[in-house]
Amino acid sequence: MEKKQIIEKRKPPIASIGTIGWIKGNLFSTWYNSLFTLLGIYILYSIIPPIVQWGIIDAVWSGEDRTVCEWYDENKVKYRAGACWLYIKVWFNFFSYGFYPDAEQWRVNLTFIILAISIALFFIPNFKKKHYIGIFLFVGYPIIAFFLLSGNETLGLHHIPTHKWGGAFLTLLLGGIGIVFALPLGIVLALGRRSQLPVVRALCIMFIEFWRGIPLITVLFFASVMFPLFVPQGVDIDTLLRCIVGLTIFGGAYMAEVVRGGLQALPKGQYEAAQAVGLGYWRMMGLIIMPQALRIVIPGIVNTFIGLFKDTTLVAIISLMDLLLAVFTSQANPDWMGFPFEGYIFIAMCYWIFCFSLSRYSLRVENKLMVAHQR
Amino acid sequence: MKLSNVLRLFTSILILSFGTSAIADTLSDTQARGHVRCGVSQGLPGFSNPDADGNWVGIDVDVCRAVAAAIFGKGGDEKVEYFPVSAKERFTKLTAGEYDILSRNTTWTLSRDAKIGLTFNGVNFYDGQGFMVPKALGVTSALELDGASVCVNTGTTTELNLADYFRANGMSYEPVVFEKADEVIAAYDSGRCDVHTTDKSGLAAQRTKLAQPDEHMVLGETISKEPLGPVTREGDEPWSDIVFWVLNALITWDELGLAGGDAVKSIVGDTSSTPEVKRILGVEGDTGGHLGLEKDWAYWALFEVGNYGEMYERHVGANTPLALARAGSPNAGWKDGGLLYAPPIR
Repeated sequence: MEKKQIIEKRKPPIASIGTIGWIKGNLFSTWYNSLFTLLGIYILYSIIPPIVQWGIIDAVWSGEDRTVCEWYDENKVKYRAGACWLYIKVWFNFFSYGFYPDAEQWRVNLTFIILAISIALFFIPNFKKKHYIGIFLFVGYPIIAFFLLSGNETLGLHHIPTHKWGGAFLTLLLGGIGIVFALPLGIVLALGRRSQLPVVRALCIMFIEFWRGIPLITVLFFASVMFPLFVPQGVDIDTLLRCIVGLTIFGGAYMAEVVRGGLQALPKGQYEAAQAVGLGYWRMMGLIIMPQALRIVIPGIVNTFIGLFKDTTLVAIISLMDLLLAVFTSQANPDWMGFPFEGYIFIAMCYWIFCFSLSRYSLRVENKLMVAHQR
Repeated sequence: MKLSNVLRLFTSILILSFGTSAIADTLSDTQARGHVRCGVSQGLPGFSNPDADGNWVGIDVDVCRAVAAAIFGKGGDEKVEYFPVSAKERFTKLTAGEYDILSRNTTWTLSRDAKIGLTFNGVNFYDGQGFMVPKALGVTSALELDGASVCVNTGTTTELNLADYFRANGMSYEPVVFEKADEVIAAYDSGRCDVHTTDKSGLAAQRTKLAQPDEHMVLGETISKEPLGPVTREGDEPWSDIVFWVLNALITWDELGLAGGDAVKSIVGDTSSTPEVKRILGVEGDTGGHLGLEKDWAYWALFEVGNYGEMYERHVGANTPLALARAGSPNAGWKDGGLLYAPPIR
């Protein structure tokens, strides 16, 4: 009988493992894949080095005024360095706070710090008193924020009228308030639209379809330009408030349809089971239906949030000095004209950071809640 | 209530709300409030733009500062609240009473004056549409631009003026239109069109953004009249008078060659001043009383803001990035061949 010997293990051929194997298998497996790979490398090669050269290597990071970014020789020939990040640095305060007076900017910072701390406490696992923080965030915090930002002479805080609010602060404020209030409004409207009561249902459908049917620009124009003409002279509702109400209603109408999608995704059995154990309408919705429905539509909700946040740039057309308009306006300063690209890149990065963290956070929430559906 | 009655009620409320805004006494309101409310642009180089510290500066801003100084006296030029507004909203917000002076490079036209319920109070800058071309094009007059492609902002009177001018001179052109000024200048700089047209003050500002400003020139022709000035609501004559006369006081100071700041301080006690100077300073007579202001209203406007010439040189003049020479332009005084001519203050 022949002895069966175990052949010693040999390494696979070098061309099929490791980096080389991966490259061969994925990038150069066929002639057209090779072609696309080379094309891709060429495109990256022609795009990335100039961007790095302009944005980092040749860029100006410090200095006194624009002459370090752009200067003329004796023949009036203009020379330009790379990106002028000095422009962002000089205007950073303006981009952050708009016309909010320097001496009072700590109030804005404090408002955001309080918010950050309460949210952080909210996310500490096993922290028992979470419902107090929730109540504080929805009831106490808006009041504190209002007095801090707007001011109150008896508290010794100077009044800062809202037309001085601006920059990234205003963008976050508009986006934040819009997001926070659009969701409850959306839930109420979604429930109303599925209500058995014909009047409630008709009103909700009319409301949702009206606001979804008109563009946000129209809403903002109406709030800003038309509204003052319809109220008597003495009645003066703040432009910013009018605009926030407009944004919230607009966001709420979209949110309502997202939530309704979640409600319709639940099988009828859930409603019947809840009724069978004797729950009334509100407890059925609060304990059984909503927790499931909202969980399903988290991606849709976050989509609407991000959309609403980015839509806040439209307030620029009604003269609220949000981040975008603050950058445009700074470009009108004769001493700093001519750096719009740096400004656009800065805006894009601000928005990207905020929207990306929002979407990351929503993924986390989703994973945490989707225990039963995890694949 | 019948539907027609509801409609009638609604209309009367509308009319009332329009009406009340016109009757209000803006001067008393302003004095009670402690500051002047001024509508400015959302950023127009040299006219109204913020500096990095968030202070508004510019030739339009200075008009509001001067009005505030005339009303509140020493240090009054800082008692102004600025409301940046877009071109679309500027008149509605003025008539609705959100601010009391609109100083936002607004062209004085018949329809605006007569139709929308506005009062124009003099001119603080004579602008007009012009053309910028690359020097390499070898063109010296706008009449040689037949067949040129022209970069222009869409939806503005600039576009209409352009069409009028070329049609009136029997020339053809190819418009290349954009929404934003930055796009227009970028397109022009990259050679997508031969000519860039907008108001001449705007051309001066845009020119500095070009890769090589010195390779481009602004042609001599001015194809439209754009007298820009401060605007107030119709129906409050005392307030409009104040704005008109403060602006014209600044022009008068320029005619008299009196500079603001400390320079004017020494003149107050000077008994050898001409009667005209004494009158405007408030040493003799009471011109301020007719306006509902203090005697020395024009003195404080000059002290805090400076005369028209100083204002001009500070924001748009030859030593600014805009480099708009005043001599030889319509913005020179009438004695120097310009259009600025202040009615006598007496």
